[in-house]
Amino acid sequence: MSSVLYDVPGPKARRVSLIASIIGGLLILGLLAWVVMTLAQQGIFEARRWQIFTRADVWRLLGNGLGSTLSAAALAAVIAFPLGLLLCLLRISDAAAIRVPVRVILEFLRGMPVVLMMLFILLGFGTSAFVAVVAGLVLYNAAVFAEIIRAGIQSLPKGQREAGLAIGLTSYKSRMLIELPQAIRRMMPSLVAQMVVLLKDTSLGYIVAYGELLRAVQVMADFLGTQYLFPIFFVAAAIYIAINISVSRLAVWIERRGSKKAAGGTAKAQPDVLEAAAP
Amino acid sequence: MDVIFENLPLYWEGFLRTLFLSVVSGIFALILGTLLAAARVSPVAALRGFSTVYVEILRNTPLTIAFFFAAVVLPRIGVKFEQFEIAAIIALSTYTAAFIAEAVRSGVNSVPVGQAEAARSIGMKFGQVLSLIILPQALRTVIPPLINILIALVKNSSVAGAFFVLELFGYGRQLANANGDAVITVLLGTAFFYLLLTVPLGILANTVERKVAIAR
Repeated sequence: MSSVLYDVPGPKARRVSLIASIIGGLLILGLLAWVVMTLAQQGIFEARRWQIFTRADVWRLLGNGLGSTLSAAALAAVIAFPLGLLLCLLRISDAAAIRVPVRVILEFLRGMPVVLMMLFILLGFGTSAFVAVVAGLVLYNAAVFAEIIRAGIQSLPKGQREAGLAIGLTSYKSRMLIELPQAIRRMMPSLVAQMVVLLKDTSLGYIVAYGELLRAVQVMADFLGTQYLFPIFFVAAAIYIAINISVSRLAVWIERRGSKKAAGGTAKAQPDVLEAAAP
Repeated sequence: MDVIFENLPLYWEGFLRTLFLSVVSGIFALILGTLLAAARVSPVAALRGFSTVYVEILRNTPLTIAFFFAAVVLPRIGVKFEQFEIAAIIALSTYTAAFIAEAVRSGVNSVPVGQAEAARSIGMKFGQVLSLIILPQALRTVIPPLINILIALVKNSSVAGAFFVLELFGYGRQLANANGDAVITVLLGTAFFYLLLTVPLGILANTVERKVAIAR
């Protein structure tokens, strides 16, 4: 699309574009320089502030925080996916008595902030912070997984289910053997994208005092002195973003690979499902 | 239930502040996101690069980190805020803008190529093609995903409650700590006010989607 929006730039347009790029680049550089100068005035770049990273225990604490983040995310993902699958099957059940209540529950779960759910579990049931974080993530993401898989099943040609029923499979067997394998394959990119969201959302554990990466930053800043807040924060943020970008790249790679291999290609999720999943 | 009715003024105040944060950040995010999407398809390489890097980084930053940066790190490097609402609005709108940019860009790609070719062939320039022909159609097709991003924005504004802004979640947490015996009721009340915003928006998204689907 973007290739037809404008002509291949001629010499004049290229010159204008180059000049604009240079000016824009200089503006950004100027802004960065200003930020760096401000930071330098605060003494952020003094070597002693960064020397803490030569200490093993700082890295150990960061590692512990990262470990807590990853273990909460992994556990939540492992529980949320089968639960989402189950909720999806109930949501598209033939019996209205099952379908309707499940739909209400799903709407309720998707409409609530995750952090509120975590707090609810933490205070309402008096669990540990770890359980609260994992359970909050599981409830929310299971609901989203259910919606994604449902969108996948609905995107299948009608004939798939009809053929399944026609050869004598029960409704349940048709779902399990014919529709779900195709739907999950088609929705793989959205599912992986939702995994990134899940990983990002573990940082909400900071708010319910779960000892994840950001909380480790706070604890170290309190313990070592606030002058170390920036170095530690920047390193932690870089770790977080690097991990998330890697998983996002994985999603893109799966999408490309899937569009070659899966029978009907991977479906672009209905945009609303994709975006409901996104932020 | 009594605890909810007794504290209804607090809930209401929190609700209004959540609404305020969501609306203001939503407007900023829509403007910034559309500009970023326009930059992403523009002929100027530097703009494309900037937009790509911005979207890639912000989309992969946990919101809590964005809030931590705006509310804790920025004040320490000399950017002082009169009120923490401003920090919350900065964090929410810069974060949401990245998602809006991606949605608008996918909308631009969904406009038939013939539209751009026709516009170009009658002599329109890039700015005209984009602002008069492509974006009006693109925005129309992405209204449902945009509404879903705004729903997420309403829910995400709850993170502000942990960074010194007393909105719905902030008050909910305060009330839950003050009323140890009625925690579940207090938090269900908070949830109710969130659903008051998110459920109608969700229904709106579905309705608009159906309307647009017929139009095309």
